[in-house]
Amino acid sequence: MRDSVTIVGASLAGLRAAETLRRDGFGGRISLIGEEPHQPYDRPPLSKQVLAGDWEPERALLTPAEKLEPLGIDLRLGVRATGLDVAARQLEVDGVAEPFDGLLIATGARCRILPGTEGLAGVHTLRTLDDCLAIRAALDAGADRMVVIGAGFIGAEVASVAVGRGASVTLVEALPAPFARLLGREMGAVVADVHVANGVDLRCGVGVSSVVGGPGAMTVAMADGSDVDADLVVVGIGVVPNTGWLEGSGLTLDDGVVCDATCLAGPNVVAAGDVARWTDPRTGESMRVEHWDNAVEQGRHAVRRLLATDEEAEVYAPVPWFWSDQYDRKIQLAGRPHPDDEVRVVDGSTDEHRFAAFYGRRGQLTAVLGMNRPRQVMQGRGLLEQGAGWDDALAVAAGWG
Amino acid sequence: MRIVVDYDLCESNAICMAIAPDVFEVRDDDFLYVLNEAPGEDRRGQMEEAVQRCPKQAIAIEG
Ligand SMILES: Cc1cc2nc3c(=O)[nH]c(=O)nc-3n(C[C@H](O)[C@H](O)[C@H](O)COP(=O)(O)OP(=O)(O)OC[C@H]3O[C@@H](n4cnc5c(N)ncnc54)[C@H](O)[C@@H]3O)c2cc1C
Ligand code: SF4
Repeated sequence: MRDSVTIVGASLAGLRAAETLRRDGFGGRISLIGEEPHQPYDRPPLSKQVLAGDWEPERALLTPAEKLEPLGIDLRLGVRATGLDVAARQLEVDGVAEPFDGLLIATGARCRILPGTEGLAGVHTLRTLDDCLAIRAALDAGADRMVVIGAGFIGAEVASVAVGRGASVTLVEALPAPFARLLGREMGAVVADVHVANGVDLRCGVGVSSVVGGPGAMTVAMADGSDVDADLVVVGIGVVPNTGWLEGSGLTLDDGVVCDATCLAGPNVVAAGDVARWTDPRTGESMRVEHWDNAVEQGRHAVRRLLATDEEAEVYAPVPWFWSDQYDRKIQLAGRPHPDDEVRVVDGSTDEHRFAAFYGRRGQLTAVLGMNRPRQVMQGRGLLEQGAGWDDALAVAAGWG
Repeated sequence: MRIVVDYDLCESNAICMAIAPDVFEVRDDDFLYVLNEAPGEDRRGQMEEAVQRCPKQAIAIEG
């Protein structure tokens, strides 16, 4: 039995794990270390309600103070883990070594920077509350021409909020098909169509060659020789896991902290959330999932793994699920489609931007996508959990009509 | 223990229904219905899981 658990990363995965420990009856010390000075908050509203100005930041807190306080968690905010030695069971916090008993790594990810834009005022990324408030302040100050670089989900949500606030938005994507990395070409095009229908100037298959100027007067030059003027630029070209502090720790790092199928990264160390990489026992694939639901589920799983013996340890085999709110559409995806999977619309219609679609490969259902179809996606997720075959899944969907 | 859902936040994504189908049900009209507003004390752990896993933080436990 462990006396204490140290958690690095005081955000979604870390906090939910700490709460789970207490609810499971763990009476030992829980130390939750986070670099950001703010009380732990939720990120999805940063590209939705908070950015839109509909919510003040306090509403995005993960757990209200009065619920957190009785749990007796030692919350150490504004403090950074700077190193780890797994063999010596020592953590280094702001340069000072301290021993740990059991450790959960939940340091998440940070935004990738577009080369050439480092430190350029007027160019934003969106990961933290401070990032969100900076973009919101620019919009409040009257910025009404926005360029979003990267047609991923965060960029798409920022575009949709900016359109909702009356800005004109240009969405630039270097790849020929937007949203294709996650959804494949065909369904990516449907999401792109929603943006075009809402007045976004979508430019695909063309890279950005430079960004110059400053707030209120920026020019984004494209590889095809065209220019777009903007008051502000938001870059959403993906994230990189925060593993720099783990160099030389003894853990295996490979685009994330590499764990076994139970979330164990090394002796007495587990990892969860955006930073964790593990082998999915369902498919044998190496996975790192950057979704909200996974951070919660994996945080809970990993911290329980930390308290379990090797014999008790259970594999972590979730069906990934995420949602994204864009304009008045709710997009949800369960499972992991491959770019060349067969796609079949099983309910509603893509033209109306209301539908559910199945992805399949080799006779198996691999994913379910919904636009304003939450119940179907959740039922589809159940089918994925059961490992449903393609024909059986279609038979279930036939009853949805 | 009372289960309270903030319907302004809820987006009927049915995560809670997957956890406790006898308490939460998303029906064909795509609205969430709470079937049992006062589950027994033995269900507290499960209800807390629903609170934690609701992505919209729409569920609260009172008492
Ligand atoms: C704007 C935005 C919108 C999103 N919207 C959605 C959505 O609609 N749907 C969805 O499914 N997902 C969404 N996500 C993704 C989801 O929020 C993430 O998957 C989730 O936050 C991951 O949680 P995490 O705890 O693993 O990592 P993070 O949330 O990244 O938290 C990691 C924490 O660790 C801290 N940290 C890092 N290094 C150190 C260190 N060395 N020492 C101490 N602390 C450290 C960081 O400061 C951070 O607070 C969104 C993300 C963003 C940014
Ligand atoms: S999980 Fe939350 S948002 Fe989803 S249906 Fe239940 S209460 Fe509503």
